[in-house]
Amino acid sequence: MTNDVIRLLGKKDLFIQGDEAAVYGALIADCRFFAGYPITPATEVAEGMAIWMPRLGGVYVQMEDEIASIAAVIGASCTGVKSMTSTSGPGFSLMQECIGYACMAEIPCVIVNVQRGGPSTGQPTEAAQGDVMQAMWGTHGDHQLIALAPKSVQETLDLTIESFNLSEDYRVPVILLLDAEIGHMREKVVLPEVTTVKVDERVPATIGPDKYRPYRTGFTRPSKVPEFAPFGSGYRTYVTGLTHDKRGFPVTTSAEVHEELVRRLIEKVQDDIDDIWYHETSFLEDAEIIVVSYGTTSRPAVSAVKMARKNGIKVGHIRLITIWPFHYEKMREYLKNAHTVIVPEMNLGQMFHPIRETVGKDTKVVSAPKIGGAIHTPYEILKFIEGDVK
Amino acid sequence: MSFISNDIVIDKYLRKDMLPTIFCTGCGIGSVMNFCLRAIHDLNIDMNKTVFVSGIGCSSRVPGYIYSDGLHSLHGRAIAYATGVKLANPELKVIVFTGDGDCGAIGGNHFLHAIRRNVDITVISINNFIYGMTGGQVAPTTPLRSKTTTTPYGNIEYPIDLSMMAKVIGAPYVARWTTAHPIQCMNSIKKALQKTGFSFVEVLAPCPTSYGRLNKMGNTLDMTKHFKESTINIKTYEKMLAEGKDTDKMIIGELVDIEKEDFNTKYKKFCGELK
Repeated sequence: MTNDVIRLLGKKDLFIQGDEAAVYGALIADCRFFAGYPITPATEVAEGMAIWMPRLGGVYVQMEDEIASIAAVIGASCTGVKSMTSTSGPGFSLMQECIGYACMAEIPCVIVNVQRGGPSTGQPTEAAQGDVMQAMWGTHGDHQLIALAPKSVQETLDLTIESFNLSEDYRVPVILLLDAEIGHMREKVVLPEVTTVKVDERVPATIGPDKYRPYRTGFTRPSKVPEFAPFGSGYRTYVTGLTHDKRGFPVTTSAEVHEELVRRLIEKVQDDIDDIWYHETSFLEDAEIIVVSYGTTSRPAVSAVKMARKNGIKVGHIRLITIWPFHYEKMREYLKNAHTVIVPEMNLGQMFHPIRETVGKDTKVVSAPKIGGAIHTPYEILKFIEGDVK
Repeated sequence: MSFISNDIVIDKYLRKDMLPTIFCTGCGIGSVMNFCLRAIHDLNIDMNKTVFVSGIGCSSRVPGYIYSDGLHSLHGRAIAYATGVKLANPELKVIVFTGDGDCGAIGGNHFLHAIRRNVDITVISINNFIYGMTGGQVAPTTPLRSKTTTTPYGNIEYPIDLSMMAKVIGAPYVARWTTAHPIQCMNSIKKALQKTGFSFVEVLAPCPTSYGRLNKMGNTLDMTKHFKESTINIKTYEKMLAEGKDTDKMIIGELVDIEKEDFNTKYKKFCGELK
């Protein structure tokens, strides 16, 4: 199927928007169900899916709101079909309860959130990185999901495929955090080679219906991710958002059952954090100042770091691609020799907080915020770097 | 009509390790589940290809007791989840169990848009006029002046009529019965399950623990009698109207039965026409 999609898309090189890249990534990843609701600046994702889903045997449906959209996506995923929705801040807020459901019931799904200025209706056409904390902590209760932040249109395509892979592998919702800048920017995109593109499927039930327990883990492979039997397969699975035992049956007053379940939901992702924590580093060897960025902000950050290096400043750069889960251990290692860490963000300081938690008292963490829609200029970040030279 | 024994229903259709149910003594929800399973038995529906979807509330616990695929979703969202299931796999029979609050208040928007879309699902709404799971608060269906824990001096809000709403928006099958009408109710569920498109069956059911107690309506038997007395069959009602008379009684019976192309059929057709 993936090969067909790449052939169907025709040209190997495309000049497209980030929103469109998310569509093509989804098609290549075998997404065949999309439910959404129009919202700036994510509407182009829905429009793209409306064109392609009917041509590929998939389903496109515009629901009555964002809650219905993510609900339909989870319902579709229960039948074994890879499913996605897209939205922006206000819609993302509405989706939070269902995102928690997908965490609890372990239903894979991908949510593309093209961030805009908030709070509330805010700045519909302007870029922001204001949903970073909400992506992880917007839904109630302890949980773990995965969020990725691309810096370019090409990476949007690549990470959309990866979002599906991680979602299927770990049975968690994966949030792809774009922003209006990448979503609406056109850049060259090269489609992956048919032979090399990796598309994962969730692990099916490998044991008969009589012995199958929907939430039992570790009986065919070491992972803490349970095997999946889609609706209609004869396994007769009961899926609930209530605290449940390994049979999937509600057990709501047992502390043991609850703790075992919630801890497993977190550990199934955290145990593999080394494999799923994507990031890039540059100039870290002798760095005394380190800039940590993610998404669009990484573009001026890289330029600023290079300019500072030319000026002889010992500055390094870490770009977070996987922003949740946050790898405290690795970050501590990277940041241990820096006297200053600078965190440029298109918000008033969100990723700044886990980074500040990471370092010791001898390291200063500086937030370099910018809100209102424009991205940082390299000079703005450079000023922060120069201001902290000792 | 299905006159099979309870043992067969229990043995063939229930998840025995989930029993006993959480339903209170005298609750009408078990009866409606029973009607539905007998309808399924009569129609010989494949339970391996049937998904029961629900939201949150007393009636939303029903899918847990039925031995088939079940999706116990979020409060109000059952119909939206069910839409995803049915659209993604049209081969599955999708049955939603919902309550009056789940369907008419928090889920009202999904209810009306699934009807508009004509998604091929059957929605069985058990209307007990109150929020039972949380202990008896006012619902969108609670009659005027009725007492609930949050309307201790009587309800001042006009109630919603779910069946009439479904009819007005264009559902191809709508029926309303009470637990005092088991045979009629089973027949309507059978028809609903055979209808292609959005089919809606509302069943008025007693909640003696909350609604009955707070409004001094007696036990289940008293409440069931009350259902018989306070409702009027649509056929009788139409005759009355023709004679220029009217009534305050709630209209029950088969309210709509028409043919209307459903979403999946339309979608499949238009996909086939694409070049």
